Amino acid sequence: MEVTLQNLTKVFPSRNKKSGEEVIAVNDMSITIPDGKLVGLLGPSGCGKSTTLYMICGLQKATGGKIFFGKDDVTNLTPENRGVGLVFQNYALYPHLTVKQNILFPLQNLKGEDKLSKEEMLKRAVDVAKLVQIDNLLDRKPSELSGGQQQRVAIARALVKMPRVLLLDEPLSNLDARLRLQTREEIRRIQRETKITTVFVTHDQEEAMSISDEIVIMKLGVVQQIGKPQDVYDSPANLFVAKFLGTPPINVFSGYVKNEKICIGDDVVLPAKGIEDQEVWVGIRPEGFVLDDNGAFHCGLNAVEVMGRDVSIVATNDNAVSPTIRAIIPSDSGVDHESKSVTFSLKPYKTFIFRKDTEERIYLEK
Amino acid sequence: MEMVESKHKWKAWIYLSPAIILLLIFTVWPIINTVRMAFLENYSGLKSIGGATFKFGIGNFQKVVKYQKFLQCLKNTVLLCVITVPVSTVLALLIAVCLNSIKFLQKPLQTIFFLPYVTNSIAIGMVFAAMFNIVGSFYGTENEIVVTAGIINNIIEFFGGKRVNWINTGSSYLANMTVMVVYIVWNALPFKILILLGGLQSINKQYYDAARVDGTSRRRIFTRITVPLLSPMIAYVVITGFIGGFKEYTSIVGIFGEKMGPADDAGRLNTMVGFIYDALSTNNQGRASAAALILFGIILVVTLINMQVSKKRVHY
Amino acid sequence: MSEIIMHEKDIQKTSLRQKIVFALVQVFLYVFLLLMAVIVLFPFYWMIISSLKSLSEYRESVPTFFPRKVMFSNYAQAFTSANLGRLFMNTLYVGVVSTILSLVITILSAFAFARLEFKGKNALFAALLATMMIPGELFTITNYSTVTKLGWINTYTVLIVPFLVSVFYIYLLRQNFMQIPDELYLAAKVDGTSDLKYLCKVMIPLSLPTLISITILKMMGAWNSYIWPRLVANDEAHRMITNGLRNAFTETTGDVNYPVQMAAVALVSFPLFLVFVFLRKYIMKGVSRSGIKG
Repeated sequence: MEVTLQNLTKVFPSRNKKSGEEVIAVNDMSITIPDGKLVGLLGPSGCGKSTTLYMICGLQKATGGKIFFGKDDVTNLTPENRGVGLVFQNYALYPHLTVKQNILFPLQNLKGEDKLSKEEMLKRAVDVAKLVQIDNLLDRKPSELSGGQQQRVAIARALVKMPRVLLLDEPLSNLDARLRLQTREEIRRIQRETKITTVFVTHDQEEAMSISDEIVIMKLGVVQQIGKPQDVYDSPANLFVAKFLGTPPINVFSGYVKNEKICIGDDVVLPAKGIEDQEVWVGIRPEGFVLDDNGAFHCGLNAVEVMGRDVSIVATNDNAVSPTIRAIIPSDSGVDHESKSVTFSLKPYKTFIFRKDTEERIYLEK
Repeated sequence: MEMVESKHKWKAWIYLSPAIILLLIFTVWPIINTVRMAFLENYSGLKSIGGATFKFGIGNFQKVVKYQKFLQCLKNTVLLCVITVPVSTVLALLIAVCLNSIKFLQKPLQTIFFLPYVTNSIAIGMVFAAMFNIVGSFYGTENEIVVTAGIINNIIEFFGGKRVNWINTGSSYLANMTVMVVYIVWNALPFKILILLGGLQSINKQYYDAARVDGTSRRRIFTRITVPLLSPMIAYVVITGFIGGFKEYTSIVGIFGEKMGPADDAGRLNTMVGFIYDALSTNNQGRASAAALILFGIILVVTLINMQVSKKRVHY
Repeated sequence: MSEIIMHEKDIQKTSLRQKIVFALVQVFLYVFLLLMAVIVLFPFYWMIISSLKSLSEYRESVPTFFPRKVMFSNYAQAFTSANLGRLFMNTLYVGVVSTILSLVITILSAFAFARLEFKGKNALFAALLATMMIPGELFTITNYSTVTKLGWINTYTVLIVPFLVSVFYIYLLRQNFMQIPDELYLAAKVDGTSDLKYLCKVMIPLSLPTLISITILKMMGAWNSYIWPRLVANDEAHRMITNGLRNAFTETTGDVNYPVQMAAVALVSFPLFLVFVFLRKYIMKGVSRSGIKG
């Protein structure tokens, strides 16, 4: 089921009636989520990603714009009439019901033609329990389950009614680090097997990149960029996106373009054909540095952290926005730990420049 | 707080002494003495001062349970309990759930529903009596004079019903009990609404969101989610309701006066507590003590049963 | 997995149906709640308008819902005929004195249970809590003989002393005291603050809301007490308000001068309403934790 958001807007009235300031949680958002894909809504807290999810679900009403499931305009439908499944951040499993009763719950709501016989319901419940691998826990109460197991029950409950769209709100945030890795693969597997269009919300870029077919990056209610995780990473549309994706984060320098060349301080680092002279932000991914004694970019050397396969060079540069910068290079590059300075050349496709004022990307000719 | 253990352990006892002295006199001694008096046959304070001695035995209890008046009191108390507790609980639950699902006017309505709590049950009982009372004389005779039938009867007649002799001479037991049930329920609602609404508001809203996404009908949300999640609060108001119900007394004084019944049948609506005070004011401390112990026993048993039932029914 | 295909018409229909159902439910909720609110308020309304009617207007066979002629004189008559002034003063005196003494005792005991160490503390506290289960009538029987022997019948003492200790209030305040972090107590000890000073300077101010709740409930208890005063102090000089009201208007049925009676009832009820209006928050908080009346 393709999900289309058309000029979707959500305005919350101000809590303080006197000041009358409204909060625009989602601003004129238009995206299309392709059928059968797993899409991550990504952004820092307060960016409107959860509001977007709740509007797709129908728990919150859009202030403006439309939501389509396929060709159906569902904007004015309540959640139960949309055919969506929602997994809450803290799962919202009914504490007084067993796992089986929790999973059966949505099915028992069906009325009229859709009503299922008891055997059918049980079969569907057991099937979906097997899918998420909790079929051995059916008679337990939620309080007797671990966080990861509760998560699976919540997913099973959302899936059992065969929703047109599956929505997950911060699905991994309540799990510890080890379970998080395991569960995200699990979500990926379940989504692949069921082929249900799935939208999930997260603030963790690594989580989003690792399992999404597409990611949507939001900031203050406005979509910044949409695309395949690798594409977005390789070609961020603006400084915000560049900074938001990637660990360690991108290194940002205050620089300028002069005579079609990118300069940081006195160092002329890369060509910039066809770009007029201006001040710019220069973003360089940690893996964009190449240790090169003849390189154009000079930095002070602070420390070298050995990570096995790679080494991480902590360096300083007067034009860097942050006190230290970080470069990741293969451990066999032969870095001199004792040296006070280090010289790099830069990989052009790992280096981006952004307008100083709007922070929009300035695309370089290939 | 092991580390700051006071060097002067007697200090704590100084702080506690006023409470302990008063408790010894007015709580601990009464427990012992009441049990003692209950098991001294026909014990009476007056006779005891006169130098009489009393035989140890369970005579007081035997007499009390055979006593016709006591059985009437027991019957009234139990009837009022088993009717008013479920009625007021269900009504309070409905009101609380409705209140919880509106936004506009929620606070003012909540205040209104709490208002009967801060009333004097004798004083407002007199208002209820006025509302049910037929002013006039010679009821039930051919010379019956009715000056005004009371607002409740006025309303009944307005809707085409026949007026009822609720509390006057010649009124029926059923009519009397109906008035008492109405008043007690009215009086019991605010506390129950307060507790249940507080419980409802502390239920995680996500359970309702989850149920909505799954298209759960309102009725099913109520029976499968609200009631189970609220069950600890429901159990609490039911248990306190029964405990209070078995001690019903002043509400009846409010409506019927100290006669505890309509003019032609005093004592008809007397309760367990009323029985104890009657025995006390006629200097039958032995009988009063036995009745008080029976009351305590009943409350204990009912509470234990309630707790047993709620253990099975109350979720988590 | 199956997909539900919806046609545009169906969607519009569903959307419309949702709106209608929502509106109907809202209408039902408000009708029900407003109806119940009217029922709850009606006795108060009836009390007030009846108290302002003339006797002849009250006795009309078709009732009026607002007095044709407002008779404030009923209040004056009620005030004098029931000797309400004296009753008010008695009740106020008993209420204030017993509240103050009760607060002192409660604070001292709660402090001992919350902050001091002594042998048998937990056992003693458990024993106290256990007495809460016993119905008060059981104590009354013996207390009646005790106060008679002490010669306290028909004094203010008998109305005040036997109920000074409330295990429930001690429990309530102890819980509150225990929430105050230990560090504050330790810091005070390091500074050489005495227990009593710490209690007055730190714990009491921090527990003020609970103390206010206790004060209000205790005062309301004095205002509404009926059974015990009737038993032990039912003379003119010491009679409490509720007993006075009941005594002055023994007839509840038959031919009664209701306007005056309702005026008296209203006079007894107004102070409670005032307390309710201004201190509702504290009452509700105290009540929701106690489940006791007064």
